[in-house]
Amino acid sequence: MQSVDSSQRFWLTRPFRERATQLFLGVLFAALLLVTVLHLAVPQGHPLHVTAYTVNLFGKYLSYALLAVSVDLVWGYLGILSLGHGAFFAIGGYAMGMYLMRQIGDRGTYGDPVLPDFMVFLNWDSLPWYWLGFDMAWFAFVMVLVAPGLLALVFGFLAFRSRVTGVYLSIITQALTFALMLAFFRNEMGFGGNNGLTDFRELLGFDLRTDATRLGLFLATGVALALGYILCRAIVTSKLGRVSVATRDAEARTRFLGYRVERFQLFVFVVSAMLAGLAGALYVPQVGIINPSEFSPIFSIEIVLWVALGGRATLYGAVIGALLVNYAKTVFTGIMPDAWLFALGALFVFVTVFLPKGVAGLLAHRKRKTQEQKNQARKPQEATT
Amino acid sequence: MITLQRQPHARYLAAALVSAAVMGASSQALAQQDDPIKVGILHSLSGTMAISETVLKDTVEMLIEQQNDAGGLLGRELEAVVVDPASDWPLFAEKARELLAQEEVDVIFGNWTSVSRKSVLPVVEELNGLLFYPVQYEGEESSENVFYTGAAPNQQAIPAVDYLMNEVGVERWVLAGTDYVYPRTTNKILDAYLKSHGVSDDDIMINYTPFGHSDWQNIVSEIKQFGNEGKKTAVVSTINGDANVPFYRELGNQGVNAADIPVVAFSVGEQELSGIDTGPLVGHLAAWNYFMSVDTDANYDFIDAWIEHTGDEMAVTNDPMEAHYIGFNMWAEAVRKAETTDVDAVKDAIIGVTVPNLTGGYAAMMPNHHITKPVLIGEIQDNGQFSIVWQTPSTVAGDAWSDYLEGSRDLISDWRKPMECGNYNVVEGSCGGGEAETE
Amino acid sequence: MRMLSRFLPGLLCLCLLFGLPQAVQAQDDPGQPLLEALDTSSYADKAEAIEVIIESGDERSRRWLEALLNGKLQRHKDNQRFVIVLENRGRHWPVADALSFEEAGEMSRRELDRIGINNALRGTLQNALSLLDLYVDDADQRRDAARDLLGNVDASMVEPLKAVIENEENAEVRRLLSQALAIYRLDQGDVEAIADLEGSLNQQVRSVLNSAARSDDPVLADAASAALAGIEQKLKLNQGLETLYFGLSLGSVLVLAAIGLAITFGVMGVINMAHGELIMLGAYTTWGMQQLLPGQPGLALVLSIPAGFLVAALAGIAIERGVIQFLKGRPLETLLATFGVSLILQQLVRTVISPQNRTVVSPEWLSGSVMINEGLSLTLNRLYVLGFALLVFAGLMLVMRKTRLGLEVRAVTQNRAMARSMGIRATRVDIMTFALGSGVAGLAGVALSQLTNVGPNLGQNYIIDSFMVVVFGGVGNLWGTLVAGLSLGVINQVLEPWVGAVLAKIIVLVFIILFIQKRPKGLFPQKGRAAEG
Repeated sequence: MQSVDSSQRFWLTRPFRERATQLFLGVLFAALLLVTVLHLAVPQGHPLHVTAYTVNLFGKYLSYALLAVSVDLVWGYLGILSLGHGAFFAIGGYAMGMYLMRQIGDRGTYGDPVLPDFMVFLNWDSLPWYWLGFDMAWFAFVMVLVAPGLLALVFGFLAFRSRVTGVYLSIITQALTFALMLAFFRNEMGFGGNNGLTDFRELLGFDLRTDATRLGLFLATGVALALGYILCRAIVTSKLGRVSVATRDAEARTRFLGYRVERFQLFVFVVSAMLAGLAGALYVPQVGIINPSEFSPIFSIEIVLWVALGGRATLYGAVIGALLVNYAKTVFTGIMPDAWLFALGALFVFVTVFLPKGVAGLLAHRKRKTQEQKNQARKPQEATT
Repeated sequence: MITLQRQPHARYLAAALVSAAVMGASSQALAQQDDPIKVGILHSLSGTMAISETVLKDTVEMLIEQQNDAGGLLGRELEAVVVDPASDWPLFAEKARELLAQEEVDVIFGNWTSVSRKSVLPVVEELNGLLFYPVQYEGEESSENVFYTGAAPNQQAIPAVDYLMNEVGVERWVLAGTDYVYPRTTNKILDAYLKSHGVSDDDIMINYTPFGHSDWQNIVSEIKQFGNEGKKTAVVSTINGDANVPFYRELGNQGVNAADIPVVAFSVGEQELSGIDTGPLVGHLAAWNYFMSVDTDANYDFIDAWIEHTGDEMAVTNDPMEAHYIGFNMWAEAVRKAETTDVDAVKDAIIGVTVPNLTGGYAAMMPNHHITKPVLIGEIQDNGQFSIVWQTPSTVAGDAWSDYLEGSRDLISDWRKPMECGNYNVVEGSCGGGEAETE
Repeated sequence: MRMLSRFLPGLLCLCLLFGLPQAVQAQDDPGQPLLEALDTSSYADKAEAIEVIIESGDERSRRWLEALLNGKLQRHKDNQRFVIVLENRGRHWPVADALSFEEAGEMSRRELDRIGINNALRGTLQNALSLLDLYVDDADQRRDAARDLLGNVDASMVEPLKAVIENEENAEVRRLLSQALAIYRLDQGDVEAIADLEGSLNQQVRSVLNSAARSDDPVLADAASAALAGIEQKLKLNQGLETLYFGLSLGSVLVLAAIGLAITFGVMGVINMAHGELIMLGAYTTWGMQQLLPGQPGLALVLSIPAGFLVAALAGIAIERGVIQFLKGRPLETLLATFGVSLILQQLVRTVISPQNRTVVSPEWLSGSVMINEGLSLTLNRLYVLGFALLVFAGLMLVMRKTRLGLEVRAVTQNRAMARSMGIRATRVDIMTFALGSGVAGLAGVALSQLTNVGPNLGQNYIIDSFMVVVFGGVGNLWGTLVAGLSLGVINQVLEPWVGAVLAKIIVLVFIILFIQKRPKGLFPQKGRAAEG
């Protein structure tokens, strides 16, 4: 972690003074710009041209990256290993999906002006109450943040109040997402069951099937990632963040010092859930479907793996991990469809055994080799957290 | 961060991870010079659906090999492009886009689950691809770019129920299914159909279970109770894949045999049975459009080729494999007819194309992109095969829009020239919904 | 059923003739036209032909009919010869001549036409054959035959059956046959027959009473309803017991799946995501054993118990040595690495064996159910699994409590440094513990192979539930795992008839979440030193 600037500046602007954040934002925006230029300015067929397909793919990776950042915020800085963050991601996605469904209007297969196709199909007479309002973009966008936030608030309130910690907390987050997955699979829930929500057409009036919209979504996701990153950095470098880290390392001690630990935990947890929801909302229009499998516990575990692989408690490590794993997945499923799981599995084993601090650790290691050695010698027990 | 920049760098990174990435990329570059016809295969090779879908990948590969041995198509070689969508629905859409936009395949054979098809559908329509979908499904869909070579509900469910009602004398019905759209629709259609034949509400029990349900004790016990009302009872099962093994085991162990309460299944084929000891299940039924036990030379040739291809003397064939066989031959025939692999030309040429199926008849591509199929009812044998006990006298044309559902009763689909509509409302006289604008 | 009674005399003399030696001529064999009559597409004609065969009194009839029943009576397409297929898997089948029963080499599936049979015909044939069993010496066999006749009696059988009842010595068989007659009489509208049926929990009895209760005759309907009410009363209790059994059975599966994890995760602290795949290995071992010992599924299954343990334990040792030993004190990273291992193992099975499910045969003694009374039967395979789970649990408790290994494991997990300084080889203990936990997972796989799919996804289906059970019970407490597994199973099964399978599962999950809020360390929290870990 970077040394914290202790001067009393506004907490939100503090991250901009950090080298790492500057570097991260620089690279991110350079990449966004480069992809845009290569997509628009370089003619098709040219080896340097970035196709719409690739732009779309990168857009998806970036939404995963934002999700990974949200997990790293609670895991890396709060010590809460959430195995259920996929739930918040999926709820954000569903909120966006519901808005997109309502935008279809009477262009659905059955031509019903209000009801989505799957409701006509299953004989729903009218829209259930929880679908109301989702025809308005502002409402849907608010719900993208509020719905996962609310769930995190209730769940976190119960859990942190009764001091559920460690693996117990991890498992009940897993139970949460598992229960939600089963619930959303039920067709009676009114969320399209196993098929979920698909066949989206337009977002804020932009046709989702055009390359321009895809580029726009890609850029929007990039910006969201940047903002999310800055917010997380700001939280982490603020006093609140330092209390969080203290909680992570020694919860009881922090409590004895007089901090209401559960409040800090709850705040960070809710923020993280909202970021995950935002990531889900950006993900859905880019992949064109939201379905209960996003709630599956295995997906949530995968998110944690991205973070671990990239390097926990660095934030930028989470981004690297998400991009790396998902890019590897895309490549491997294409070129070695029968054997890609071997490669992915081996990658996980390799990184854990040989790169205990993830890819970010490797980068940091290079930069501060000598310092690292000193640290290691000083506190050998650091790893036990 | 490097991955974000652009393609060559991205490739470089992959190469650093696994050198195979570069090999893959360069072999793609080489392939383009020969200009083969590319056939995309979009079936899950890992994850939950790999159980069912892997054989379909192998089937298409076999068909491509056979076609190449016979001199290819239009004098060009066929080349399979295989990707693994890993039973992950958004990944299906991504991989379909990869096949169409990056690999520029001429046709795709793929998908099993409804949700994966729904996920791929917008992509195939946007990029104007061709998709052959080989699995029985719920209907209520007709896309300009998709050809449905599996059964629609009227090609499987309704004839099966007719058989039970007329030949077996069933009066009480359990409709048991996995909770997703195919069983929901099928049961809805059957519910309406049964009621129109005078079956009362009390005599129909509907039950849904989650995917991969493994504990059937309670449900089988309930079915037994339900069957004790003095009327002949049957179970119509739309239980999906994996959940069937524990279901049938429980049936056998609780002593529900086919003579008392027959179970007719729409998703249990030879492939599923190969995971079960079928001894206690003899006599339970399945309705399909093809069984491995079909007694025709075409079928025996197909089985021989399949056994040779897999190198497994005990390899079994099933209905979706036949669907791919028909679909592949139809596509090849249409390409020959159109003298090009151009999607629009093939789309036009394929309507009306007729090819032999494996059951001794012919399959024709209808204007609604569904095909004609015979319906066979088979009883499970002790060797994991079905013995055919009944079949429709002639083939049945697939109906995209069910006549037994409220919303779809008035819809028809016809992709031929003047109409070119997937959901034409005959009452309103207009092409409804958004499909009309598909260009 | 009319046909059945017409079979009766023929079948009886068939029985007498059975075993008499008789030379057979291939040409001009009287059997040839009998079989030829069967080769027709009309099932009505087939029924006629069957009758003729029975009445012919030909000693080979029973074998023909059995072959017909099993779909193994076939005819060569070219030379029109009738054969009986001896083994019908694969493409080439060994056959025997249907007239002489001499083996006739192999024939291709392609060359043969099957003499088809449908459910109705099969039912009739089966009843006819089981009616014969009323005359055998074995009382059990007679009882089963009598039970089969419940609901299958028709007018022409009444008199012969009455005669049989009079001569029958076994009270149980007599009761069943009287019931069978009573069902027929009630069906004909005889109110007095109800007296014979009262209190019976048999399905057929309930079935006929139910239809009588709907009858237009008010006297009959009332009497039937009254009899039904009495039966329902008895059934209630049975259903309660049945649900309890279902619950315990589901619970035992959960316990089995979780108990290995209770060692590797609960005791050692390794978040072993590959646990499910170790279960899968155990199940595949069972399949492999059955491949090695064809025709002896029971023996193979018994041998799989040690073999499954060994295979999974060896895999566990490989995982421990290959990965986990490098991750000492970094429990969360074991999650990452073992998840990778689980991906590799799954794909390995897909590549090396097959992506499809494998058939694991249930031996005879594991199929079917044991009847407690006519309304309550317990399925045997689940009964065995329940017993097996308890045995495994008891064994594990013994190992942990009474052996040196158990002592060392507890010492090392409580205070590694101290244990080492006492001379315990901690590394060795680690390996042994992990092997033990993995081996137990293998045992779970052997048991699960009798209940569910043996396929590459097997492990995935149980991993989440396993973690849930261990955590709910309290990490590091084996008793907790047992209680948690069984109680979650029972809760689930009690809820299921009310709310359906999906909601029941959701409710159980919400229950776990809320329970952990109340008791943040599970059902049986660890106390003392161990709790600090």
